[in-house]
Amino acid sequence: MAKASIEARGDLRLTRLTKTYGDFTAVDDLSLTIPKGSFFALLGPSGCGKTTTLRMIAGLEEPTAGSIHLGETDITTTKPYQRPINTVFQNYALFPHLTIFENIAFGLRRRGQKDVKEAVDKVLNLVELPHLAQRKPTQLSGGQQQRIALARAIVNRPALLLLDEPLGALDLKLRRQMQIELKWIQKEVGLTFVHVTHDQEEAMTMADTIAVMNEGQIEQMGSPAELYDNPETAYVANFLGQSNLIKGTISGNDGDSHIVDLYGQKISLPKNRSHAVDNSTYAGIRPEKFRISLLDTPVKGNVLSGGHIEDVSYIGVSTQYQVEMPWGQELMVFEQNDDGVAPFNKGDAVNISWEPAFTFALRGDEDATAGSEVEPEVLDEE
Amino acid sequence: MSHKIKDATIPTIPLGARIQRWVGRNLIRIYAVIAFTYLFIPVAYTFAFSFNDSGKSNLIWKGFTLGNWQNPCGAPEVCSALGNSIKIGFLATFFSTILGTMIAFAIGRHKFKGRSTSNLLIFLPMATPEIVMGASLLSLFLVFKINPGFWPTVIAHIVFCISFVVVTVKARIASLDPRLEQAAMDLYANEFETFRRVTLPLVAPGIAGAALLAFSLSFDDFIITNFNSGTLTTFPKFIYVSAARGIPAQANVIGSAMFFLALTIVIVGQLVNRRKVR
Repeated sequence: MAKASIEARGDLRLTRLTKTYGDFTAVDDLSLTIPKGSFFALLGPSGCGKTTTLRMIAGLEEPTAGSIHLGETDITTTKPYQRPINTVFQNYALFPHLTIFENIAFGLRRRGQKDVKEAVDKVLNLVELPHLAQRKPTQLSGGQQQRIALARAIVNRPALLLLDEPLGALDLKLRRQMQIELKWIQKEVGLTFVHVTHDQEEAMTMADTIAVMNEGQIEQMGSPAELYDNPETAYVANFLGQSNLIKGTISGNDGDSHIVDLYGQKISLPKNRSHAVDNSTYAGIRPEKFRISLLDTPVKGNVLSGGHIEDVSYIGVSTQYQVEMPWGQELMVFEQNDDGVAPFNKGDAVNISWEPAFTFALRGDEDATAGSEVEPEVLDEE
Repeated sequence: MSHKIKDATIPTIPLGARIQRWVGRNLIRIYAVIAFTYLFIPVAYTFAFSFNDSGKSNLIWKGFTLGNWQNPCGAPEVCSALGNSIKIGFLATFFSTILGTMIAFAIGRHKFKGRSTSNLLIFLPMATPEIVMGASLLSLFLVFKINPGFWPTVIAHIVFCISFVVVTVKARIASLDPRLEQAAMDLYANEFETFRRVTLPLVAPGIAGAALLAFSLSFDDFIITNFNSGTLTTFPKFIYVSAARGIPAQANVIGSAMFFLALTIVIVGQLVNRRKVR
């Protein structure tokens, strides 16, 4: 079986995967299918179990329970070197005593592959660093080391490539550039990429599918647009971007819409965007979907009246407003600066309006702040 | 500078303050010179007197000669004693390095019952007074009816060298990123290949350092050797015995040569390291 596992190809299937350390459950009954050829991101804060999941897929941790399949092959108990899976480590883990060429050739040589030189040269060209072949890793910049780590993994043409916070150590500008490059390389080589990150922007830029993880479980999985536009839980709503969540009660129906009472004001939202289980709910609206208007301006769609502008921050492309509502909650509103002026001032009495189709509804028993105040990531969470 | 006209109105710094400032800036250098002088005077003395045309006793300077260096085995027994010390040194280094490295990996890399106890026990031979260890080893050999001589000395040297090897190699292992081994395993290297191609090359400088340390400890040892070697003469024993009737200048030659050999090894090691880092 060990011999066969290295040849395994196909979708990656995690079935009821669990990992516990003493009393602590790092990964809790996780089931997941990652289709062949996709760019998949596991997104979550430090300690959510994403890195443990990745290490179990790589074979560097043994699951406490559950199974891992690649195509039809069960690889749960195979050794890391028996899996057609390669990893780009968080700190790159390049071998300091070997040249860049030998670092990249390492996997090929272990498998007794022929034409090592040709394959290494080709992948060095792909990452645009052919002139560094004879250098040692310490002579390279962080960005170069990152690319060599990637080259060292993809040269083996694995069934699955795992990326563990691969851009965490790079500065912002380089990170943006590498995000685009990684995406391009994934399309170019056509491998399945599984990417672990705490950076929601990074996940949204690169991945086809994102699984948001929290406390060892998947909160929600979908395309970046699905997760952003229609989050199912407060955790996802707050962790991916910002959300205004307003407490309310579902008071009636109108065709395909629910009528929701928010502190005495009625709004409507599509039924298929409601994840509430009973009448109690949180209505969710992204800050950029709101429109602000003065009291006497007629508006369409959902309206909440009685607001006061509490704070105005002009940040170039947009202006951010804090609007205090009659029930004491401050709502966040992002207005595009299309016309070049900030038309509202602190203290203005305003209405807030938006398209009903942009509203989503969460369960009313949720913690509205879940996922919004996640502690900053500490590099090297292991 | 010279084209500037001296302006008498600029206040000058008084001499006392200037001296104080110079001393303040250079105090650490002055201290370093004194410290190194203290450390190297004995070495310099040994080296200088290796050129002494001494005759019997090498205590008074009698004139310069290269004769001692041209004929280092000139004094009776000096080279057979040296040969014994080198043989014992190599054997003790070989075995203590292998055993000590294995212990270091066990303690540094694996969790097992009694690990912290082993860790502590490894330090004990280093803390035990040599005179006690020498005497107890001798009585142990005698209990087992083994007569003092070459092999008992080798065994005794292995005993006290192992601790130093373990400590040195363990420090190197501790600084090794475990993710490098994980990366090797991830890149299709099995346990043995990972050890051979990643772990061992990265720990090798530590092992080499430990071996050098073991050799110099063994070569240099007098107290434990004196208990366990019987009639066998090692280089330190030879010098101790001849001290009573005057150490021959050949001993200075060999001592100086050892010093320069060690110095060369250190310098070459540093140069190789610097090239690697660059």
